[in-house]
Amino acid sequence: MSPPAAPSKLSRRERKRRAMSGGGSRSVPAPLLAPALVATAFLVVPLAGLVLRAPWGDAWSILHGSDAAQALQLSLWTSTVATAISLLVGVPLAWVLARTDFPGLRLLRALVTLPLVLPPVVGGVALLLAFGRNGFLGRYLDQWFGITIPFSPTAVIMAETFVAMPFLVVTVEGALRSADRGFEEAAATLGAQRMTVFRRVTVPLVAPSLGAGAVLCWARALGEFGATITFAGSFPGRTQTMPIAVYYALETDPDAAILLSLVLLLVSVVVLVTLRDKWLRGGTAQ
Amino acid sequence: MTPSTVPGLVADAEVTRGDFSLRVALTAAPGEVVGVLGPNAAGKSTLLSAIAGLTPVSAGHILLDGQVVDDANSGTFLEAAQRPVGFVFQDYRLFPHLSVVDNVAFSPRARGHGRAAARTAADHWLTRLGLTEFSHRRPADLSGGQAQRVALARALAGNPALLLLDEPLSALDARTRLDVQTELKRHLSDFAGPCLLVTHDPLEALVLADRLLVLEHGQIVQEGTPAQVARRPATEYVAKLVGLNLYAGTADGAHVTLTGGGHFVVPDHHQRGEVLVALRPSAVVVSPHRPDVSSARNAWPATIAGLTLLTDRVRLDLRGHPSALVDVTPAAVAELGLGAGDQVWLSTKATELEVYSHADSADQGMGH
Repeated sequence: MSPPAAPSKLSRRERKRRAMSGGGSRSVPAPLLAPALVATAFLVVPLAGLVLRAPWGDAWSILHGSDAAQALQLSLWTSTVATAISLLVGVPLAWVLARTDFPGLRLLRALVTLPLVLPPVVGGVALLLAFGRNGFLGRYLDQWFGITIPFSPTAVIMAETFVAMPFLVVTVEGALRSADRGFEEAAATLGAQRMTVFRRVTVPLVAPSLGAGAVLCWARALGEFGATITFAGSFPGRTQTMPIAVYYALETDPDAAILLSLVLLLVSVVVLVTLRDKWLRGGTAQ
Repeated sequence: MTPSTVPGLVADAEVTRGDFSLRVALTAAPGEVVGVLGPNAAGKSTLLSAIAGLTPVSAGHILLDGQVVDDANSGTFLEAAQRPVGFVFQDYRLFPHLSVVDNVAFSPRARGHGRAAARTAADHWLTRLGLTEFSHRRPADLSGGQAQRVALARALAGNPALLLLDEPLSALDARTRLDVQTELKRHLSDFAGPCLLVTHDPLEALVLADRLLVLEHGQIVQEGTPAQVARRPATEYVAKLVGLNLYAGTADGAHVTLTGGGHFVVPDHHQRGEVLVALRPSAVVVSPHRPDVSSARNAWPATIAGLTLLTDRVRLDLRGHPSALVDVTPAAVAELGLGAGDQVWLSTKATELEVYSHADSADQGMGH
């Protein structure tokens, strides 16, 4: 026979909470609590250190004296252009992946989402092989049009687009898949051709996901390092983006590196707040 | 007339979707409202979907005002966007991101009119359906009845030659439904082209339709005016809908032997062979003892299996040969002390029995 169960105390507040939410005990078992705390500390403490170690007093002069302004400017406009390009060609690609069916569709989806898991530096090498001066495409661009892409702002944009566009494609494709096709049928019975349906019904209906995908894509482009430094190099004012500037500043001017990192952290927080409805609600989102 | 000159809708087609197959032949003349009545999964929505061009037919053809819009033999297929068809969906499917006026202007715009012309057309229909005050609302801010009218306005604004309505009132609460139904009847009678109205609500079909098609398991089982269908149901399903007892049997003059057991004395119309017998629940008298009956009456014993109160009367579910649903007053239930399990006698006059052959119940085989 098992020993009689010993009753424990239940506070008034806890009684009320359980009555309201209908749930049982909410205390966390120790074997789960300790690792959870370790994980939290690991993620939060370094960022807190960044904030605490920042040379707040000299912030303005340090940022002005470095290449930070240039790098920030370059990062902002290249990632914006990369996002625009991703929207322009990535949304139609998402539509094709979500709405059509042909042999090889699965392979195509795998190929275009590969950059999500590919180490960015590999992307940079691949871009260099394709569009470099001696690359199988770059060679002709150079010979016929005199266009040289590597180590230019164009290369920065291409590297960022390569790495960031799949985020947009995947987000929009998912939204298109779960969108109610009934509205598109209704539009068809109202005389709308497929392109009109896409423009006036499909896109507006997935607009929230389109926005989320674009922000995600932009944030990824902003943080891009590996593909960019491989394919575009690090020329201040020309191809040296914020993450690359942080990396080099760490050797020469640690205070500047910390401040530049804080700027990127701030941008990330803004992105997270923008996306809070989509990503922060956990399992109950959508 | 050759098929190509028939005005209105002519469909003689088969639509196969996986295991389900719909096989129908139907016509709808300009100005006619044809009600398609049937249980869930009878193929009603598939029928509308095929006529609208959202699902191609797998055999046969569909013609609209003489034009072939779908023909499985020749491969002719007119895309949904090109068909002059207005579709009011069961869930309306109003575009949530567009205002009411933009929803209604959608079709004129999509069919090539300029912004101003589309707007004028939309305003015209909004005025006609009494919706002008809601022009700038979003669909989410409309009541069910308003949304239904907007859906109708949007379908009509495309100037369709044919109107399809899929359960137009089913999303409404009972109170709104009556108002909207009256209004819908008025708008449907204003519409010049043929109209196909799908419903599983018999009242809706009886009130709104000029002619009824009853669809079961992908087949048309009965076709006729609402009065014909209500008086002479062809199947158990229809009988239930219109509230009649229906029996199958074999007639020999004034005598019908029922397939399920029992027999009836009926007015002698020299009918022979297989017949259907319809009996109103209110035409049956319930007595505690065997009644004295003349030869023109039927009497048989039965056991009460259940009682249901229906506002002003009580419906008895009686088991016997034959079984029957019988309506009595609550007072009669009290006076006779009726309860489940009680044995009673049922009687009805021969003249209350509607006897007809299956072929008489429906203009089957589409012979018009």
